[in-house]
Amino acid sequence: MISVYHYMSVSAILFAMGTYGVLTRRNAIVIFMCIELMLNSVNLTFIALSSHLQSMDGQIFVFFVMTVAAAEAAVGLALMIAFYRNRDSIDVENINLMKL
Amino acid sequence: MEIIFFYLVALVAIISGFLVIRCQSPVNSALGLVNTFFCLAIFYVMLHAPFMAAIQIMVYAGAIMVLILFVIMLLNLGTEARKSYMHGIVWSSLASLAVLFNVIYFIKRGRVTGAEGDITAFTVESVGHVELIGKTMFTEFLLPFEIASILLLVAIVGAVVLAKKEV
Repeated sequence: MISVYHYMSVSAILFAMGTYGVLTRRNAIVIFMCIELMLNSVNLTFIALSSHLQSMDGQIFVFFVMTVAAAEAAVGLALMIAFYRNRDSIDVENINLMKL
Repeated sequence: MEIIFFYLVALVAIISGFLVIRCQSPVNSALGLVNTFFCLAIFYVMLHAPFMAAIQIMVYAGAIMVLILFVIMLLNLGTEARKSYMHGIVWSSLASLAVLFNVIYFIKRGRVTGAEGDITAFTVESVGHVELIGKTMFTEFLLPFEIASILLLVAIVGAVVLAKKEV
């Protein structure tokens, strides 16, 4: 039988992998995708616990996390386009000044 | 039977997550991420949350990933030059392993407690998942719902202002 601990273990592994990706990669878009991976692992925890506790609240939280992730995607990618226009690269090692 | 299926989907999800953090080309990372999203949607169906699985595929694998792929193609990003710093990799491996051990330790040692509701798998099947979510969202969580709509409006305006050359 699959328990809630199985789902939380998968979610923990995905979250740790997302952390590693955020800390090692230098392409800003890949860092962004690793953040999405971490958000999704947290969503899995929310839904597993909500199903375990037989309540709806966790799933509503997942709904709001998805809303915030969509807003974050729109603003973050616009920021990356603005950076690329100024520096011709989105390597995070080149992003070290607030202005040109 | 179900547990074998669970392990299979979990294995695919973790391998795809590994591809996201290791692939040189951002497009390959994005495709690995889409694969992970689909595996998580399968988990949501197994957890009796079919509407969540549907919006996982539509919003994440549909909208957000198309946006990311669109920006990757627009900026014409090639493969990243491999000049990794050894100390960076060592420290970040240690940090992520610390996160993993912390979480696994708490999962192994702790027990899930909390106020139990009355929404069982049988209720979800007889009433319908969308109806349950809608009732909760438009009664108990009405104010956060309205705030989320304002957040999306601000994000739209902000994205247009940031991406335009001259406002």
